[in-house]
Amino acid sequence: MHHKKKNNTKIFKQFGAFIRKEFYHVFRDKRTLLVMFALPAVQILLFGFALTNELKNANIMVVNQASSIESKEITDKIEASPFFTIKMAEHNAENVETYIKQGKIKAVVIFPENFGRATGKDNTVQLITEGTDPNIAKTIINYINAIIGDYQLTELNKNGTKMPFTIDVEVAMLYNPELNGSMMFIPGVIAMVMMIVCTTLTAVSVVREKEFGSFEVLLVSPLRPILVLISKALPYFVLSFANLIIILLMSKYILGVPLKGSVFLLMAESMLFILTCLTFGLLFSSIAETQAVAMLLSMMGMLLPTILFTGFIFPLENMPTFYQWLANIVPAKWYFIVVKDIMLKGVGFASIWKETAILGGMTITLTALSLLKFKKRMQ
Amino acid sequence: MKHKELIVDGVNITDKYAIYAENLTKKFGDFTAVNNISFNVEKGEIFGFLGANGAGKTTAMRILSGLIKPTSGTAYVAGYDVYKEQEKIKNNIGYMSQKFSLYEDLTVVENIKFYGTIYGVKPKENKERTFTLLETLNLQNEANKLVGSLPLGWKQKLAFSVAIFHIPKIVFLDEPTSGVDPITRRQFWDLIYDASNKGITVFVTTHYMDEAEYCNRISLMVDGKIAAMGSPAELKNKYKANDVNEVFYHLAHSAKRIE
Repeated sequence: MHHKKKNNTKIFKQFGAFIRKEFYHVFRDKRTLLVMFALPAVQILLFGFALTNELKNANIMVVNQASSIESKEITDKIEASPFFTIKMAEHNAENVETYIKQGKIKAVVIFPENFGRATGKDNTVQLITEGTDPNIAKTIINYINAIIGDYQLTELNKNGTKMPFTIDVEVAMLYNPELNGSMMFIPGVIAMVMMIVCTTLTAVSVVREKEFGSFEVLLVSPLRPILVLISKALPYFVLSFANLIIILLMSKYILGVPLKGSVFLLMAESMLFILTCLTFGLLFSSIAETQAVAMLLSMMGMLLPTILFTGFIFPLENMPTFYQWLANIVPAKWYFIVVKDIMLKGVGFASIWKETAILGGMTITLTALSLLKFKKRMQ
Repeated sequence: MKHKELIVDGVNITDKYAIYAENLTKKFGDFTAVNNISFNVEKGEIFGFLGANGAGKTTAMRILSGLIKPTSGTAYVAGYDVYKEQEKIKNNIGYMSQKFSLYEDLTVVENIKFYGTIYGVKPKENKERTFTLLETLNLQNEANKLVGSLPLGWKQKLAFSVAIFHIPKIVFLDEPTSGVDPITRRQFWDLIYDASNKGITVFVTTHYMDEAEYCNRISLMVDGKIAAMGSPAELKNKYKANDVNEVFYHLAHSAKRIE
């Protein structure tokens, strides 16, 4: 009993010394630091702002088939806002699609013939937007909605408590009905960045020791091989997690991505995903003999499938069945769904247990594979 | 905890020998890397393990240092069975390889402390030994410098001192002086003699035949087998050679396996 306790303290001390060493490696290597912290931040900002949802002077078209006073008032309000410029005003909708295709206008507001107080209480404004840039489309919808809502409120105040009439905004989006936007983009970038950073750094850090020959020395030491692997992976787990927190804070406070669901659930799921990535890194490190190969394997091997098959840039539903099936083995796909659902939809664990189970299964399989490869090496 | 003693022909192996190997064989598929080798290394001895590249030196060394298990045969290192007691072997040996000379991005002291802790040297003792070590190697001023900034010769000497920092029973040196100038090599061997005088058994592989002369005994491996073994003087006598290099040339000439 006493012996065992003593043994545990020794392992604990070895572990501590090892982890301190790993942190020295990381913090003394500017390249690692750059890849670890600067790269993700730059990527998030680049992707985030490249897909900015800020809107100024968007060209729109108004088709006023009603010629009522209300339609005129709303048109004026739209014109007065800094967000829109009414490039065209016509009385029929004939040329709408042509103009949109030519890129002359981003959206069309249509007042149907019977629009106005005189014709009835329920009124509909039609709004057609061009959806190839879903962020802009979404923003336009929101702003037009706000302007009309504001108009109704003014009318309400003019008439006391009685609502003179209601206006519905009927939205149709051309070319991108699913509305894939930057809000969806950010979770994808998070998944991609974590995948690449965790996998690459873990793989390279192990292979570097193999290349220098220090790995052999560690294996000859009384450190248990499994402890060597855990000690190599743990610092990167901690660093990746810190990294994730930075990315999440940036997403929320700089890019304005909402976090509707539980922060703790998101953190727990992220830890699982980081673990998956680390085991990928360990597996690659058992295959690669040089740092260059490890880098290539984890950067190229992960980057391309992640970009292609996560579904945040290219919608998976539009892909051939084979690729859809292939996408299932890309861990980032599942993590992307998890992050998206937690951040944007605010769902609980009950809705994402399947994705969680898949990620967990992948992690276990990868760990088993790495250990097997590792054992083979030790034969 | 005292381990089981091994008695062969009335000789207590664990008492007499640091390394005891009999009919040791390691096969990788069809390839026999180590073919039925038998040898003993006495405690405190400096044992040179020579052979061309691909002769099986590295594999034999990996078995003896508890990294891999042999296919057949018997071997005891520091009194521990290479089949069943690899962990105990690892606790009782030191190891230094040609490629490795410590972590370049860690300071001298950080490197020493790391390996000391890995090998279970207590913090207080770690401090004291570090102080002595720095003094012996005359590295006091470099204590907090990164190892990467030291000249190669210093690194090698430091690496050796670190390999025996926990005072192992045996230290395995895998071509420790490759790439080092003759003067530093001489100094390096002074350190090896010091260790041997303190009772540490030294098991060393080398390419430099002049170094082989410094060993108490040497063995020459050819094609996975031990072709010759004895003190340098004995071998020179036997093969009527002027130096070990000639002995080596004579024996290695028959080698079929060339890397």
